[in-house]
Amino acid sequence: MDFSYSEEQTLLSNSLRKLLEDSYDADKRRKIAASERGFSDEAWTRYAELGLLGLPLPESAGGFGGTAIDTMIASVELGRALALEPFVATVVMGAGAIRLAGSPEQQEAMLPAVAEGKLKLAAALGEPQARFDLDDVSTTAAKAGADYVLNGRKAVVLGGDSADKLVVSARTSGGATDRAGLSLFVVEASAAGVVRRGYQLVDGRGAAEVTLSDVKVPQSARLGAEGGAWPVIEQVSDLAISALLGEAIGAWERINELTLEYLKTRQQFGRTIGQFQVLQHRMVDLTLEYEHAKSLVYLAAMEADSTAASQRGRAIAAAKFFVDDKGRQCGEHAIQMHGGIGMTQEYVLSDYVKRLAMISHTLGDSDHHLARFARASTGKA
Amino acid sequence: MHLSYTPEEEAFRQEVRQFLAEKLPKDLSAKVKSGKRLAKEDYMRWHRAMYEKGWVTPMWPKQYGGCGWSPVQLHIFDEETFAAGAPRTVVFGIKMVGPVIARFGNDAQKAEHLPKIRSGEVFWCQGFSEPGSGSDLASLKTRAVREGDHYIVNGQKIWTTLGHFADWIFCLVRTDTNVKKQEGISFLLIDMKTPGVSVRPIITLDGEHHVNEVFFDNVKVPVTNLVGQENKGWDYAKFLLINERFGIAGVGQCKEELARLKEMAQTERKNGRPLIEDPLFAARVARCEIDLMALELTNMRMLVAEQQGASAGPLSSILKIRGTEIQQKLAELQMDAVGPYANPWMPEALDATWNGEPVGPDYAAPKTPSYLDKRKTSIYGGSNEIQKNIIAKAVLGL
Repeated sequence: MDFSYSEEQTLLSNSLRKLLEDSYDADKRRKIAASERGFSDEAWTRYAELGLLGLPLPESAGGFGGTAIDTMIASVELGRALALEPFVATVVMGAGAIRLAGSPEQQEAMLPAVAEGKLKLAAALGEPQARFDLDDVSTTAAKAGADYVLNGRKAVVLGGDSADKLVVSARTSGGATDRAGLSLFVVEASAAGVVRRGYQLVDGRGAAEVTLSDVKVPQSARLGAEGGAWPVIEQVSDLAISALLGEAIGAWERINELTLEYLKTRQQFGRTIGQFQVLQHRMVDLTLEYEHAKSLVYLAAMEADSTAASQRGRAIAAAKFFVDDKGRQCGEHAIQMHGGIGMTQEYVLSDYVKRLAMISHTLGDSDHHLARFARASTGKA
Repeated sequence: MHLSYTPEEEAFRQEVRQFLAEKLPKDLSAKVKSGKRLAKEDYMRWHRAMYEKGWVTPMWPKQYGGCGWSPVQLHIFDEETFAAGAPRTVVFGIKMVGPVIARFGNDAQKAEHLPKIRSGEVFWCQGFSEPGSGSDLASLKTRAVREGDHYIVNGQKIWTTLGHFADWIFCLVRTDTNVKKQEGISFLLIDMKTPGVSVRPIITLDGEHHVNEVFFDNVKVPVTNLVGQENKGWDYAKFLLINERFGIAGVGQCKEELARLKEMAQTERKNGRPLIEDPLFAARVARCEIDLMALELTNMRMLVAEQQGASAGPLSSILKIRGTEIQQKLAELQMDAVGPYANPWMPEALDATWNGEPVGPDYAAPKTPSYLDKRKTSIYGGSNEIQKNIIAKAVLGL
């Protein structure tokens, strides 16, 4: 049993922190977020140089063959810096689906380009009517000769605004929420019939609503067996959750640092407000919940690569519930302890609170994961 | 980063299981699992079994009978003994005064007391709290005045758990009233048969007799019973409290209580279905189970860090806070699980020899008393608010 970073992981974490400190300060980050593109191409190139964009990809595809733990550790740093680039969308989700389900030819065609920073991806899995249930898929893929024709709508696709290609889930058979009958397709973002409405999320990252109208894709665009994509969809989502939870831990760490620093400097009634017991105990609560969240996020990362869906799902659901529930609450406490300054857009605390809030509605909220955990724990997954 | 146990740790777990299968009396584990009242002899039977195996004081220094187990082994032992239905170890001798004597006592005290703590020949209790000194423990007033070769002790201790079973009591007493309150306290060992010592029961809100008041009326205590130096008792008390932090989270006990809760919630019905399938109840259980997973992992993180020489220090107080919250929550859920049968007051049903007809399911009677009793966990061992003060000061620098 070991909960520490390995030497390589410490190195990764340190070099990424340094890179991010160079690339991002609060002002720079806001300028980048306000730009049309919404993220920094320069940072993206530097990620590629560092090896971040190939971190979980197979060595045969120019990657590092890293684990979900490595991805989580990198994500902690991305969360601390509130990085805006579509790392989760491209590397964890899009490339994750290709890595897990793609043929050697498909992997060869796309993954090296991802690792080099030349190809951006997004996984279009959620739909407007589905809330957080990724098996609730109305998008259809109908066979037409040697091709498939896709029709449907995809909701809040993370990184969907900037992706070159979309990995789309579509129904090739079965009823509205059947897990059998789901297939994955790689669709060019520029293909005829694809309409993207891009926008910024609350935390500054990019996403899109995607409409597919009679989009024709060849059979070779299908990832894995027809109708058999559910296990891949579920695992890609779990891997993405594990990475997002790493970001959440990084953001939460900063929230605690900022709040503690404020308690030690802000003066009221002739003393620093950190001398008031009511605020001391609240700060201890933030620390306590953060430490427990970190333990569960480590567990989630240790399970995320497993194909044993029930045990993996239980760990992911526990961590996602805890972070969504307690992390958001700690963000609220942090604003309260800061008072007025915590309400301003200018002060960086707000950016961290927003990212935690946004993660709490990505790939399942606390209710979704509490129910999932309860099912997994009673053997009714 | 990985979660697997080493082959040695797995082998140790098997050894513990085998020991429990052979040496934990079946009627005793049945009593514990069904929440029956335990007699002194019940605690002692289990104590002797562990003593004979050489496992009764695993965390003591090796030369005094410790096992040299790693923190992970201690965790495994804790988990397995609770899962098997062993009673809670009585901590006062083996986890509290024993380590203090081993560390700060003189050779005569070590020779006199340590073997008897291990064998169970002497049953100890703790004399810290006083009516006017709860969270502000250092304000304690029980006086010990030196007269020749004796201290004359006058005062009162309270909340003395199992004091009615005890042969000896270790006490914090005031030996100097003219200095800062922490600097005038000494650590005394007192034979409860000494004239002037009297014990009066306090019945707690569960209707049970767990705790007592202990009065000292001109009690003559030989100065040879002073541990360490006079007026240094506060340091030894702090050592004792820090030493107690292993296992204070109660992870093993909580896992066992969660398993019992789930069993009950399978048996109990709501709308013709098992209670565990009710979404509202299932959500409450799931929340508690997630908190427990987080606690178990955090406990392990801190234990492994300790083993790797990177102690969590006072941050480990978070384990006491969250652990006691979970113990309380599990007792509350078990009580709620039996629905209306949480209400009948049946203290006679807690007696293992009672042959009466239970009201409602046979597991219902102890649930409300246990819920009430568990309120103490966030008060004792340094209340959870005191734990937060410690973290605020020592970890956060506030």
